[in-house]
Amino acid sequence: MYDFGIKNPTSIDDVKAALGDAEDGQFLAGGQTLIPVLKQRLAMPSDLISLSRVDGLSGITAGGDSISIKAMTRHAEVAANADIKSAIPALAKLAGGIGDPHVRNRGTIGGSVANNDPAADYPAAVLGLGATVITNEREIDADNFFTGMFDTALNEGELITEISFPIPEAVGYIKFPNPATRYALVGVMVAKFGNTVRVAVTGAGPCVFRVPEMEQALTASFSPDSIKDGLVPADDLNNDIHASREYRAHLIGVIARRAVAEANG
Amino acid sequence: MPAITVRVNGLEVTKEVGARTLLSTFIREQLKLTGTHVGCDTSQCGACVVTLDGKTVKSCAVFAWEADGADIGTIEGLADGDKMHPMQEAFREHHGLQCGFCTPGMVMTAVSLVENNPDIDEDGIRHGLEGNICRCTGYQNIIDAVKTGAKAMRG
Repeated sequence: MYDFGIKNPTSIDDVKAALGDAEDGQFLAGGQTLIPVLKQRLAMPSDLISLSRVDGLSGITAGGDSISIKAMTRHAEVAANADIKSAIPALAKLAGGIGDPHVRNRGTIGGSVANNDPAADYPAAVLGLGATVITNEREIDADNFFTGMFDTALNEGELITEISFPIPEAVGYIKFPNPATRYALVGVMVAKFGNTVRVAVTGAGPCVFRVPEMEQALTASFSPDSIKDGLVPADDLNNDIHASREYRAHLIGVIARRAVAEANG
Repeated sequence: MPAITVRVNGLEVTKEVGARTLLSTFIREQLKLTGTHVGCDTSQCGACVVTLDGKTVKSCAVFAWEADGADIGTIEGLADGDKMHPMQEAFREHHGLQCGFCTPGMVMTAVSLVENNPDIDEDGIRHGLEGNICRCTGYQNIIDAVKTGAKAMRG
């Protein structure tokens, strides 16, 4: 990898100062994506601004109608958290299915969401549950956050500090993992809030997306049978060595039905 | 270059490390603890697994300076003098290896799995070893070894 400087801020204010001092600084969260990227020389930051020692950036807080997860909370902590397991079980399951145990001990929710990998799990949870992404500057609705492949609404230097997930009435997440990487070939999060249903799909397209046709059908009747085949056209889906776009389009229906079945217990 | 202080297998050590020095490189080249293997160096194979403050990590996907102040455990720290750790003994007994390259990471992971879940079943073992790749054995003897090791660790 190319050489870089190191900054170890301990407060959000220090983070901003460190970023200001750096010519081309990059945040380092859990490093499970960034470190491999640096090894491949696909990134050349002047400085890494480590978030590991920043006060108050880690932890899980359960409220009456939402659960808030700080940005540096590791996947393993989300997977094991009793409040999340009971209030949003599919979110705990999703976190427990990312990568492998070692990756889950390092990788963070903030890092994953900010990276917005097209096949990452967390974007499906953030969009599917209609979470709010809270940064050092503002609050961003999930619907406005994911803007494209590896792209988000975050400004240059803007830092995710926490993500707030509303607690749904029912929720399911099913992933069809690539057997080698455990990334989602297709992953679907289905969440029901009263008369509102949200369906978010990851892995299938260049960026996580909702499926309004499925949401309408599930609002009418929250049952796996409500989801017909062919609701998502194959045209804009990913087509690669792992699966054709037609296969992914078919999988979305299959996996969405399983997610609804899981939500219904 | 930053100086870091870590406890490795219970012994405190202070060393200067480069910004780009991976924890795996630090352990192997600066501490000369070559039991930790680097298989893929792309954070896939798990041969480099060590514990960082008690949790298993792929040491090729952590910078050495990130570990400043931490407790690190490597395969060299498992045995008690000449007496192998029960999990190491179980791998020997079941021949849970062929070439042995993945074994340090397998054993470190297996010990952690059992410490976190003493009654772990076969399904849990198989899922728990998802981040550790073996190209020789087909895994069956590794699974058998972890089952036996778990039983021995429960005592």
